[in-house]
Amino acid sequence: MRGVALTALLAHWRRRPGQLATLVIGLALATALWSAVQAINAEARASYDRASGRLGQGAYETLTDPSGSIALETFVSLRRAGWLVSPVLEGRMMAGEMRLLVTGVEVLTAPPGTLAVTPGGADDIDLVALISSPGLGFAAPETIDRLDGADRLPPLRPGALVPPGQMVTDIGTAERLLDRRGEITALVVLPDQPRNRAPLSAIAPNLVVNPAQQQGDMARLTNSFHLNLTAFGLLSFAVGLFIVHGAIGLAFEQRRATCRTLRALGLPARDLMGLLLVELLVLAVIAGGIGIVLGYAIAGALLPDVAATLHGLYGARVPGTLSFDPVWAVTGLAIAVAGAVIAAGQALWRVRTMPLLASAQPRAWATVSAVLLRRQAIAGAGLIAAGCATAWMAQGLIAGFALLAGLLLGAALMLPAGLATVLALGARAARTAEGQWFWADTRQQLPGLSLALMALLLALVANIGVSTMVGSFRLTFTGWLDQRLAAELYVTVADAGESARLETWLDSRADAVLPVITVDSPIEGAPGEVMGVADHGTYRDTWPLLTARDGAWDELAAGRATLINEQLARREGLAPGDPVRLAPGWTMPVAGIYSDYGNPMNQAMVSLDLLETRYPDRPRLSFGLRTDDPEALAEALRADFGLDAAAVVDQATIKRVSLEVFERTFTVTGTLNVLTLAVAGFAILTALLTLASLRLPQLAPAWALGITRKRLARLELMRSLALAAFTFIAAVPVGLALAWSLLAVVNVEAFGWRLPMHLFPMQWLVLLVLALAAAALATALPARHLARTAPADFLKVFSNER
Amino acid sequence: MSGRSVRALASALALVLGLTAPAHGQGFAGLGADAEGFSVPDPGRALRFPEDHGPHRRYRVEWWYLTANLTDAEGRDYGIQWTLFRSALAPEEREGWQNPQLWMGHAGLTTPDAHFHAERLARGGIGQAGVAADPFEAFIDDWSLTSLGIGDDAFDGLAVTATGAAFGYALDLRANGPLVRHGTDGYSVKSAAGQASHYYSQPFFEVSGTLFLPEGDVPVTGLGWLDREWSSQPLSDTQTGWDWVSLHFDTGEKLMGFRLRDRRAAPFTSATWIEPDGTATPFTDGALILTPLSETEVDGRPVPTRWRIELPEKSVDVRITAVNPRSWMAVSVPYWEGPVRITGSHGGRGYLEMTGYDAQ
Repeated sequence: MRGVALTALLAHWRRRPGQLATLVIGLALATALWSAVQAINAEARASYDRASGRLGQGAYETLTDPSGSIALETFVSLRRAGWLVSPVLEGRMMAGEMRLLVTGVEVLTAPPGTLAVTPGGADDIDLVALISSPGLGFAAPETIDRLDGADRLPPLRPGALVPPGQMVTDIGTAERLLDRRGEITALVVLPDQPRNRAPLSAIAPNLVVNPAQQQGDMARLTNSFHLNLTAFGLLSFAVGLFIVHGAIGLAFEQRRATCRTLRALGLPARDLMGLLLVELLVLAVIAGGIGIVLGYAIAGALLPDVAATLHGLYGARVPGTLSFDPVWAVTGLAIAVAGAVIAAGQALWRVRTMPLLASAQPRAWATVSAVLLRRQAIAGAGLIAAGCATAWMAQGLIAGFALLAGLLLGAALMLPAGLATVLALGARAARTAEGQWFWADTRQQLPGLSLALMALLLALVANIGVSTMVGSFRLTFTGWLDQRLAAELYVTVADAGESARLETWLDSRADAVLPVITVDSPIEGAPGEVMGVADHGTYRDTWPLLTARDGAWDELAAGRATLINEQLARREGLAPGDPVRLAPGWTMPVAGIYSDYGNPMNQAMVSLDLLETRYPDRPRLSFGLRTDDPEALAEALRADFGLDAAAVVDQATIKRVSLEVFERTFTVTGTLNVLTLAVAGFAILTALLTLASLRLPQLAPAWALGITRKRLARLELMRSLALAAFTFIAAVPVGLALAWSLLAVVNVEAFGWRLPMHLFPMQWLVLLVLALAAAALATALPARHLARTAPADFLKVFSNER
Repeated sequence: MSGRSVRALASALALVLGLTAPAHGQGFAGLGADAEGFSVPDPGRALRFPEDHGPHRRYRVEWWYLTANLTDAEGRDYGIQWTLFRSALAPEEREGWQNPQLWMGHAGLTTPDAHFHAERLARGGIGQAGVAADPFEAFIDDWSLTSLGIGDDAFDGLAVTATGAAFGYALDLRANGPLVRHGTDGYSVKSAAGQASHYYSQPFFEVSGTLFLPEGDVPVTGLGWLDREWSSQPLSDTQTGWDWVSLHFDTGEKLMGFRLRDRRAAPFTSATWIEPDGTATPFTDGALILTPLSETEVDGRPVPTRWRIELPEKSVDVRITAVNPRSWMAVSVPYWEGPVRITGSHGGRGYLEMTGYDAQ
């Protein structure tokens, strides 16, 4: 019996392959977008863990010197006093065209796993070659490719686990490459220190202990970015589920007759449910499998952009290639199955509670229940209120996302009631009978279309919100770059000798030479940098200050105060006049706050003289140059002074590169945005297809009253366009609210800066056209079908055949 | 402490540093230098002091190896080990990280029911580890073996200290006898093929000091034995490990003996009989017989922790039993090293070391 029943149920899909395709594609798309985001996040996180795990950072305490350099003798003194510490020397060097991060470790004292540069571990590493001359370097295969032909480097070995752009080598090799003999940048403190070791203050009082978790910075910094991606993934998944819900609902509706017959033949309700569930699970697994393959492809395609974004925004190194994780695939399948069950829950419940003798007529419409609409609207308003309340009362990124979720879901729930009101108004304004029928019939369809319209609303809202954010960001960022990059040329030199030579050489050649010194320093205990800048009109006139005391630049020049970036001010709640701790034992009043987009770290500016007094051994390695003829000066610097091509960069190049980074940053967002809109369009199509075949009984009387089929089809098209247009109108304010929350709440929490909001009505117009086009496209097929429906089919409505 | 340590060091550093034991060298024995420029042991070279207390950088491997059998006021047995190994990648010194000399320290502390150990590794050339001959000091990190500056020889009085995560010790050593040269005037043969090392000992230490244990400090006294050995010749491929003993008999006589196990042949044995006045009698292969009596499974491998030891020419027929059968040094290359009690024809205390017992 069950076998026969299953055959009967499955026959439905054979008759309607399009419906089957809709269901599978919808679920596959939902799974794909969700899984893609998960895969990207997992890959990035794994890469942070690898980076921190191998360097003994993250898992271990470290010792650093505020000056940035620890003498080799200090390391030896600590060891001789019983401290189990291991030296790390890290720095950047130009290798060919690449700015390579060189990490030197000392393998005899390093914590276990330090050299686990390949998934297989460190067993097959030739340690003698590593510590002998010329040494060995381990780098990601893609890095090795890029380093092909670079001189001075030791023989390179592939280390799949080394982040891109980095080379791990012996400390002896590193100090030679970086020309920092006898220097150490950090000491890793091993666990299980011996008993009775001397206190740190007695051996190296200037060293600062960095607790183990502080090195998880990269994961913490980028957390917000990944949360953003996850939110987008969830949104896509939700939109996908709308499709699945529609397709499953339709299939169940159309099989009511089959179900009734099967029940009448003696199949227990529980067996029927079981069979439907089995069918659903099989479909879910197939669709989930397709979704995982798709998701892997999407993730693989997006990962290079995500990697570029993470590098541009946070300096995090993530490989551009994806590795496959079976756990991820299984999770994706589970999500697909769970999503299918959720989407089918309502339909399954209906089959279970369906009275045996109920009409087997598919119901094209449910009664438009004013009560139901009102309840939904109230629930929606409640969600919005709850979201706002959470954002108002709680702090942090989660609160920001609560606001977004409340806003989006609430707006979606309120949409049908809003549309019903608009349609009622339309009906009241209608003069002709045909017009009244049009509005009334549209209202009648609302329950069947509302899910698809909610999906459309979500997609439109996300689109408006995100494009407003990106657009505002772009405007602000471009303006900010213009201000901030005031010097015509930017030059870096290798050492103090070259630096002194350059300043003399430039004396008569440049209008102004603006040296910059940067010192890594824990500002208010968090990683940061202090910049020393010269007193010059370039800064006074152009540096983008958000807020400042009167005479801030004079105070800075006199070494009496500091300027801090917006991130630092927001994190620590600082305003001009407040004291800020720039380093252990160094506190200064804040004179002003400047915007510093794209920088994840705390930053402070002090006068060059002051910083040079505090850090006398820091050479001036970076310079901004003012000149009327940057091209000639750059050429002279390269040809006459002998700087590397890469050491001289003009303003335009920096701007171009910065904007490229910026554009890539939002490529991912844009791609997900388009995909979400596509999914929503697909949802409308399936909903309309569902309705089209069921609406004959409602259309037949109108046809019988003399409205031609062509006219009916045109009215169908107009109905879709009207609904899409109304949905779009509803989406604009919600989208702007979303943009505001992104700019004023989420971005501040995630990145530490707040951006002014700009409006882009032209973009909305484009989006409106897109939405109408999607609706028209989705209606085209059913409308054409209607226009070609044989009159006999209309007549059948009035006979007993239906 | 002869061959065993060659292998312990060679294989330990081999594992830690990926150093593959070079097979050449043995074929050049007697030519003065091997293919990579290392000196090889020379039977004609007499030992010279105090220089030979210091490092011999032109040789591949070398160690300063101290063991001591100790007892507390209640007569409870303890043992300590302090070892500094040197291994050279090239026969020279260079400044800073480029220095090819590598150092490894092992410290052990054995009680009847616990065994503590620790390992330290260091590069030469930066001051983290090293040895100076005069005034004598051997150190790695905060561990040291330092001359007290008493007597004619640097080894007449020494202070030793080491700490691990859960243990430590600080002991004074006073020698009441002379240095003892093994083999032929300190030239000790290690295999039938002729591999050899320079090898001498100071086996006459009276030891006093304090053990730092988790349950508290324990004052102890006892007997100590310091081995000095250097070579450039690893053992042959077929030699799989060693069993080595240093025994203090109650009569004041002492015995050093070892057995090099061979995959293809009978074990190679060697021994030095030491009179209470320091007179040493070397015994070549076959004179000493070491027979395992019972095994203890440690770290997943059976290790013989009771032995019968016979040296018929000196009427020695004793059994040695580990104070703690689980004296396992779980370091880079793990081995067994701990104090033993002696019964049979002679009574006494001593130390046993066994290497090359692989997990099954």
